Amino acid sequence: MKINDVILQTITKVVVFIILTFGVELFFAGHNSPGGGFIGGLVLSSAFVLLFLVHDIETVQQGIPVDFKKVAATGVLFAVGTGVFAVLFGSAFLTQTFLTVNLPVYGETELATVLLFELGVALTVVGTVVTIILSISEDV
Amino acid sequence: MFTITMAIFIPFLAAIFVPFIYKWKPRAIGWFVLIFPLLLFIGLARLIPAVAKGDTISHTFQWIPSADIHFTTYLDGLSLIFGLLITGVGSLVILYSIYYLSSRESLGHFYVYLLLFMGAMLGVVFSDNMMVLYVFWELTSISSFLLIAFWYHRKQSRYGAQKSMLITVSGGIAMLAGFIMLYAMTGSFSIRENIAAVSQITDHVLFIPAMILVLLGAFTKSAQFPFHIWLPDAMEAPTPVSAYLHSATMVKAGIYLVARFTGVFGGDAVWFYVVSSVGIFTLFWGSFNAVRQTDLKALLAYSTISQLGLVMSLFGLGSAALYEGYSGSSVVYAQATFAALFHLLNHSTFKGALFMVVGIVDLNVGTRDVRRLGGLMAFMPVTFTIALIGSFSMAGLPPFNGFLSKEMFFESMIAVRQLEFFSIGSWGTLFPVLAWIGSVFTFVYSMIIVFQTFFGPHQPERLDRKAHEAPAGMLVAPSILGLLVVAIFFFPNVVNDYLLRPAMAAVYPSLSGIGEAMPKIEAWHGPNIALWMTVGVIVVGILLYVSFKYWRSMYKVEPLRWSLDSVYNGSLTMLEKGSTLLTNRYMTGYLRHYLIYIFGFFLLAVAGTMTLVGGVSFDFSNDSPIEANEYILVSVMMITGILMIFISSRVTVILLNGVLGYSIALFFVIFRAPDLALTQIVIETVTTALFLLCFYFLPEMKKEKPARSSKVVNGIIAISAGVIVTVLGLAVQGNKMFDSIASYFENAYELTGGKNIVNTILGDFRAFDTMLEVVVLFIAGLGVYTLVKLKPRKEERDLED
Amino acid sequence: METLITILVGVLVAVAVYLLLSRSVIRIILGSAVLSHAIHLLLMVMGGLKKGGVPLIGEETENFADALPQALILTAIVISFAVTAFLLVLAYRTYQEAGSDDLQELRGFKNE
Repeated sequence: MKINDVILQTITKVVVFIILTFGVELFFAGHNSPGGGFIGGLVLSSAFVLLFLVHDIETVQQGIPVDFKKVAATGVLFAVGTGVFAVLFGSAFLTQTFLTVNLPVYGETELATVLLFELGVALTVVGTVVTIILSISEDV
Repeated sequence: MFTITMAIFIPFLAAIFVPFIYKWKPRAIGWFVLIFPLLLFIGLARLIPAVAKGDTISHTFQWIPSADIHFTTYLDGLSLIFGLLITGVGSLVILYSIYYLSSRESLGHFYVYLLLFMGAMLGVVFSDNMMVLYVFWELTSISSFLLIAFWYHRKQSRYGAQKSMLITVSGGIAMLAGFIMLYAMTGSFSIRENIAAVSQITDHVLFIPAMILVLLGAFTKSAQFPFHIWLPDAMEAPTPVSAYLHSATMVKAGIYLVARFTGVFGGDAVWFYVVSSVGIFTLFWGSFNAVRQTDLKALLAYSTISQLGLVMSLFGLGSAALYEGYSGSSVVYAQATFAALFHLLNHSTFKGALFMVVGIVDLNVGTRDVRRLGGLMAFMPVTFTIALIGSFSMAGLPPFNGFLSKEMFFESMIAVRQLEFFSIGSWGTLFPVLAWIGSVFTFVYSMIIVFQTFFGPHQPERLDRKAHEAPAGMLVAPSILGLLVVAIFFFPNVVNDYLLRPAMAAVYPSLSGIGEAMPKIEAWHGPNIALWMTVGVIVVGILLYVSFKYWRSMYKVEPLRWSLDSVYNGSLTMLEKGSTLLTNRYMTGYLRHYLIYIFGFFLLAVAGTMTLVGGVSFDFSNDSPIEANEYILVSVMMITGILMIFISSRVTVILLNGVLGYSIALFFVIFRAPDLALTQIVIETVTTALFLLCFYFLPEMKKEKPARSSKVVNGIIAISAGVIVTVLGLAVQGNKMFDSIASYFENAYELTGGKNIVNTILGDFRAFDTMLEVVVLFIAGLGVYTLVKLKPRKEERDLED
Repeated sequence: METLITILVGVLVAVAVYLLLSRSVIRIILGSAVLSHAIHLLLMVMGGLKKGGVPLIGEETENFADALPQALILTAIVISFAVTAFLLVLAYRTYQEAGSDDLQELRGFKNE
């Protein structure tokens, strides 16, 4: 599927970054407003899918030399790992904790271990979705 | 610190490391594995003095407290004997197998299976909780299956493995049912608590069924008639395995079970009769059939069956001691149990040695057929000596340990005649008679092993390889066992004081001091009936052995020729045919039929329950108002849905599906669920892209032209499913029986520091679900990847066809 | 509102079941997708509709919409995506290997 669509490609370059930023924003917003690991991950992966649609696979993979299977595996490891981590501290499996700190510029900020868990979720979602799409489209 | 719980898990943990060590140093693997049983043996042996004093060690950790299943380990005299046998014979067998198995075999698998078995077996003898015992019990069956099928390219190995698995596992399931019945009666899965509660349950309706079911488990495992047929076929396993599992340990698990449950069921006439008569008949039948075998291993298999029968019958007689509590006569009957425990130990020593000898002969000259063997004494003097010791001990001759336990066996059998309860009458005479006949045949086949293999003319032209003595390392293990056979004869009371008496106390927990009441074991106690019986065995045995070729044809006479194997094979074939026939009736290989079953059942179950309960009432008063845009959305979705059925253009259908998805996203917005709306929109986009991508490769949908009748069936099922779901949904809304638990999650900010309640449920409250969900997603991704990437290559494809 | 949505769920279930019972693999996959849509809506209805504000603490509202079904649905959406993707690829690989997407033919029979 070689598409030579200059307008689409140009717009994509801009749009992908907007989508990526939006995805990251959604991911971090997750604990307090709509968003979170799933949505963040899905939005991020839709950005990648768009890239793969507009450019061909080889080009994108040269630009982003990442094995998305490994991304997914890392995600699962993170999600399970935070649970094990809690056990090491003597709590039940997957216990999350949080604390609020006052950063100089940023103001009152909440630091929660759930963020690590959500990071695992997001990485798994990105890795899996992109792996699925790539597997099929490479198999011509 | 060494605990019994650890002892169970050490073999399992060691098994994890075997593959890595094997990869690193394939030759050293046997020596690595040897460390563990040796350490366990030493650890258990250090506990002997404490247990001999009457101590017991118990340790519990909670496993499934809600179901009364605790991981309780319990060490007393009985489990200690078995523990020592398992680890001791295990060490020797591993030492032997280092030399027996060539390095070309897949040793990694072998030792993993062996360690699994060892751990499972320790679990069986050390568990106090019946459910835990059951789990380990089946695990021994499974590891035995794996070991028998070790040479899985042979048809006979696979057959033998399957047979032993089917028989022992079905016995195990019967035993499980028995355990559950016991639980129903006493309310506890602990064996000790059951023994304590036994006086309340003897009149219970389930008492006898539970007993029979537990015995089924014991009899199948210990190869008692008529379940003995699996043991000869299990001899397809490598010889170290036969020596370990199928003579010294696993087959004795059934004996262990009978000994352990004597405290529960002993004292009942049914238990007495079933255990002792099955045992004594197995003794006779096994020894009778052993004589006609020409394969040395098959001979040993039947001999094991018969010896197990001997031990079993002794335990049966010994249970009579519990009939009238502690008294002079109960000591007499308890001596049967005492003899059983002693013979159990002796059997492991001499039979283990004999199996190893047969393995050496087989490996050296390439055959185990007694008709081709002969005159090996000159070539293999050490092997011959061990074989002589083992066989003569088995035949019950002095100065070997078999003589002592055989004498005690005869004495117990004679004592049965004096039994005054259980209305035994003149049937009691049958026991010593059968015991004597069985012993005569035992003598004959023991002589066959020695004389036909090592004496007589040497026939080098009929052997595959030239005979020579085995390497020294290989002889170590059987020599140790042979030495034990002699040593126990001369110092039986060491064994008696340290092992047998504590074990007696464990078998009869209600009869305190029974261990001390047991007499000293002595080789010579005057010319009594038992001694004359032994003399008779020797005389008649020699006569029969000499004249064997004249009466050999007796095995061809009708009822003696029968074998239960044909019954087993026949019923297996019938079962397979029957189930294939039945399964093919409904498993048509067509998805539509399966879905019809599923939806049909769903409809029947739900509609049936609703009419039975009669709880269908609607209440619309609580409904929220509907706005115009929502009417539009609902009607759009309905029309889209119905259109999907009738349109056959793929792209259109996909887009219609997309319309449904996006409309639902809109609904999520209306229903105050912003997270869902966002997720739904993105997912719908990705799904549609995925559909389009796949459709690039898939064919255009054909206009379906099914028969009118099946179309009608589909329609009816579909519409009724819709109706049922609607009715169910409405009924549930009209009758809320419980308050919503959602209010708990509204404290999210205090509990988790998050303000988005939905996300705190996902990440904090119910993180376990989310974690598993992530794993499922990952598995799906891997599944897709492997489906697409892993295709059979051209040559492999040819092979498959 | 609840009644109307429940009826919509019923219609969607009927459509989904009809699609699932057909012979073409694609229709079956679509059927499973429609079925999961229907079930998501049903879950939503069970928590009550439009009974409260967005479940975000800090919004100026007294009572929130039931958050539990929302969490359940969020999980279900992702899982149903995974299932759909897997089924699609399964269908595609089956077609590549067997040359048909008709279940009746795949079973080895030409006609019923």
